[in-house]
Amino acid sequence: MSRPKNQNYKCHGSSKGKEREGEWDFYWCDVSWLRENFDHTYMDDHVRINHFRNHYELTRKNYMVKNLKRFRRQLEREAGKLEAAKCDFFPKTFEMPCEYHLFVEEFRKHPGITWIMKPVARSQGKGIFLFRRLKDIMDWRKGTAGKKFASLEAQPARAPTATVNPSGTHDTRSSDDQKDELPVENYVAQRYIENPYLIGGRKFDLRVYVLVMSYLPLRAWLYRDGFARFSNTRFTLTSIDDQYVHLTNVAVQKTSPDYHPKKGCKWMLQRFRQYLASKHSPQAVEALFSEIDNIFIKSLQSVQKVIISDKHCFELYGYDILIDQDLKPWLLEVNASPSLTASSQEDYELKTCLLEDTLHVVDMEARLTGKEKRVGGFDLMWNDGPVSREEGAPDLPGMGNFVTNTHLGCVNDRKNQLQQLFRSLQVQKKASS
Amino acid sequence: MLQEESDLSLIIAQIVQKLKGSSLYAQLERQAWASLQRPEIRLESLKEDIKEFFKISGWEKKLQNAVYSELNVYPLPSHPAAPPEHLKEPLVYMRKAQGSWEKRILKSLNSMCTELSIPLARKRPVGQQKELLNKWNEMGTDEPDLSLFRPVYAPKDFLEVLINLRNPNYENGDSLSFRTHLGLIQVPLKVKDIPELKECFVELGLNTGQLGIDDSTQVPPELFENEHVRIGQKVLAEQDSAAAQQYIRQGSPTALRAELWALILNISSQPEDILYYEQLKTNVIQHDLLVDSLIYKDVKLTASNDDYYFVFEDYLYQVLLCFSRDTSVLGHFAYNSASPPKSYIRGKLGLEEYAVFYPPNGVIPFHGFSMYVAPLCFLYHEPYKLYQTFREMYVRFFFRLHSISSHPSGIVSLCLLFETLLQTYLPQLFYHLREIGAQPLRISFKWMVRAFSGYLATDQLLLLWDRILGYNSLEILAVLAAAVFAFRAVNLMEVTSLAAAEAVLADLSTLKVMPLLQIFLFATVT
Repeated sequence: MSRPKNQNYKCHGSSKGKEREGEWDFYWCDVSWLRENFDHTYMDDHVRINHFRNHYELTRKNYMVKNLKRFRRQLEREAGKLEAAKCDFFPKTFEMPCEYHLFVEEFRKHPGITWIMKPVARSQGKGIFLFRRLKDIMDWRKGTAGKKFASLEAQPARAPTATVNPSGTHDTRSSDDQKDELPVENYVAQRYIENPYLIGGRKFDLRVYVLVMSYLPLRAWLYRDGFARFSNTRFTLTSIDDQYVHLTNVAVQKTSPDYHPKKGCKWMLQRFRQYLASKHSPQAVEALFSEIDNIFIKSLQSVQKVIISDKHCFELYGYDILIDQDLKPWLLEVNASPSLTASSQEDYELKTCLLEDTLHVVDMEARLTGKEKRVGGFDLMWNDGPVSREEGAPDLPGMGNFVTNTHLGCVNDRKNQLQQLFRSLQVQKKASS
Repeated sequence: MLQEESDLSLIIAQIVQKLKGSSLYAQLERQAWASLQRPEIRLESLKEDIKEFFKISGWEKKLQNAVYSELNVYPLPSHPAAPPEHLKEPLVYMRKAQGSWEKRILKSLNSMCTELSIPLARKRPVGQQKELLNKWNEMGTDEPDLSLFRPVYAPKDFLEVLINLRNPNYENGDSLSFRTHLGLIQVPLKVKDIPELKECFVELGLNTGQLGIDDSTQVPPELFENEHVRIGQKVLAEQDSAAAQQYIRQGSPTALRAELWALILNISSQPEDILYYEQLKTNVIQHDLLVDSLIYKDVKLTASNDDYYFVFEDYLYQVLLCFSRDTSVLGHFAYNSASPPKSYIRGKLGLEEYAVFYPPNGVIPFHGFSMYVAPLCFLYHEPYKLYQTFREMYVRFFFRLHSISSHPSGIVSLCLLFETLLQTYLPQLFYHLREIGAQPLRISFKWMVRAFSGYLATDQLLLLWDRILGYNSLEILAVLAAAVFAFRAVNLMEVTSLAAAEAVLADLSTLKVMPLLQIFLFATVT
């Protein structure tokens, strides 16, 4: 019953898919299957599955915001304002409809700026729109979420923890929802970043892949490759209705009248990094990439205690990052099921190598020793603490020459590295047997 | 001795003549006047004091750079009795060939014009002018109907012309003999062989550090890269063109490249230059040229479809449209074998008083022309800087790639150099390809005409263009083309048709330029 991506299994040497019903060792499932079956599926020790039970704590926009805000408060208490400021990579977000009043307060404080409304659980750019006036969302309220807003406005403003369980986690179906007849969709209103970094006059965002092998302790790997997705039209704040200008998802861009499939509108991260290096000082580029590392770590740490840790689970996340004109990175969202369909030859190669390396790290065949800092295109970014780039050096961040073991956008000679790695593992095995 | 002295004084006189008309002269004058206020300038030793002041304040350096730039660009004066055509091109048969090629291009342009009944130039109505001004930064969003326009010519048409070039004084005979060339080019020009190339490109040798080789991940940066970057920063601090040109032969660090190129090409961003660019922009808005549609079409066909450069589409329009109105480009025709095409005001055909150069800069774009600009977008952000760099690169180097001349960096010499290298050092491969009807030049011509833009990965291309600037010569393009063939020789020996050979050489994007060059020049047994 295993349903992995076909091309992936064909090129990966050892296939562990079984034909018999109910028997599988490795399952690349989608989230709907997970939701329905995970809780009552027994898994042997060696079995692996590609999602965590409650991954939505990180991937649903409203939950992620809550977790991040809570983590930030905790950091401020424990380590001070400076440390907590490192969590300021998420634009101000308010959950709708429960934080509507807080949102209006913030809205009135900054008149004239643009906000973006996003549905929490949809992908590929569906349902998103921009607005500048409260009147614009008044009209939207009359639609799907209208009833809910009306009911909320009747009550006095309450703390938004009304639907949260004491343990701090969320159920996918809260008791509130069951009361309404209309299926209400949760939205978030987020401050729109009005000064994105533009290349050739176009807006873009970065798609980066992070593989989390476990949350307790937190072990996360960063893939060296990724890409920058460009919007097809030139960025301007005058036309906020033009979806094609502002939304960079490839799915949206594919429907733009300007879209030529041959163009692809993607740059590999190496090219992006080179471009930045020829326009800005090496220090500025280094600083940007280490801030991006910080986004991954802090976001994962914020849900570390909340995610149901299970040794069978691992997850490959697709992070969407936006850079603004001051070279500050912002987190747009995290995807638990990043698209693995390819839009071009380059794209196809990136995604097949990504999947291959994921399987190498998951290591069904138990070839790795567990001490590796690099497997193919993945670099071990966090191992219950920061990981140093130096070979054999103790991972102590306090030391002066500590350089983190991340190489985003750098050369990816994965084939060579894999060859060397497996050869040395074989030698080790022979020596010990 | 006397001859050299008179040559030198001739050169000096020429350079002084040229610089007198430049803005640098006006600036130096102003500076000299202003310096009279300074306490160290005394009336008795006025000349020496002002010279000293120039030295300290860096103006002498600027003058030095300007002189160096002139020496690089302008050919040395030949015999005083030689007519100006000789400066353009000394060989008569080449001049004639270029002349007839130009006639053909102009005829093609005129016939397209009559067919589509579009004037070569017209003034834009005010409404359209406003529209264009608004859209200036996003001209790529325009989708005019360009289906009826065809590029005036493509590189392969030009190749046919070159293949038919013959020196009437050189009797080849109709039958094949040891004197006929086995390749496509049949003119006897002097080209360098590998020992001479080794001497010329000595800094690319195995014992010298290179960016593109010695900055790879396996090599610790302390060995070469760090020191090289430090020297680069020093060169930039000194603002010395000649030093920069020498330095860049080993490659330019990514972060320093934009400034280094500006220094070597002696581009300064004075307010006058920005104003000049704005003036060109106004010209574009006021008048519509037929050439504009050709430019649009070219960008849409080439750069917009390129995976790397599609992002820069808007910049390409901004640069190329202004370029075609820039009459200062006409200056380069003094040493270009080509001549700017002439057109006549409507109804006044043949009357010299009504002749104008068309397009105003005298350069008719061909298919792929926009690829000369695209890699530069990686370096420069401001349109006027991008524009200046492109213009300098064009009048120093790129024009030689599409005009018929005997210059060692001209496309004819490059083709011959390529073929000779291949024949001499890879005779088996050359013979095999010739036998199956896949003359190597047919494949490599398009690479050389475009200076490999669009064929190599951008970072590799920029490393290659570093060397073009460093050596002030395009010969490296021919060497690289031969090196690519050498690299893929094993596969090429197995193909049996031109199409298959093209397929083997279709994708160059994974090639590393510097190792290929080094191996071909310095590590092959000759």
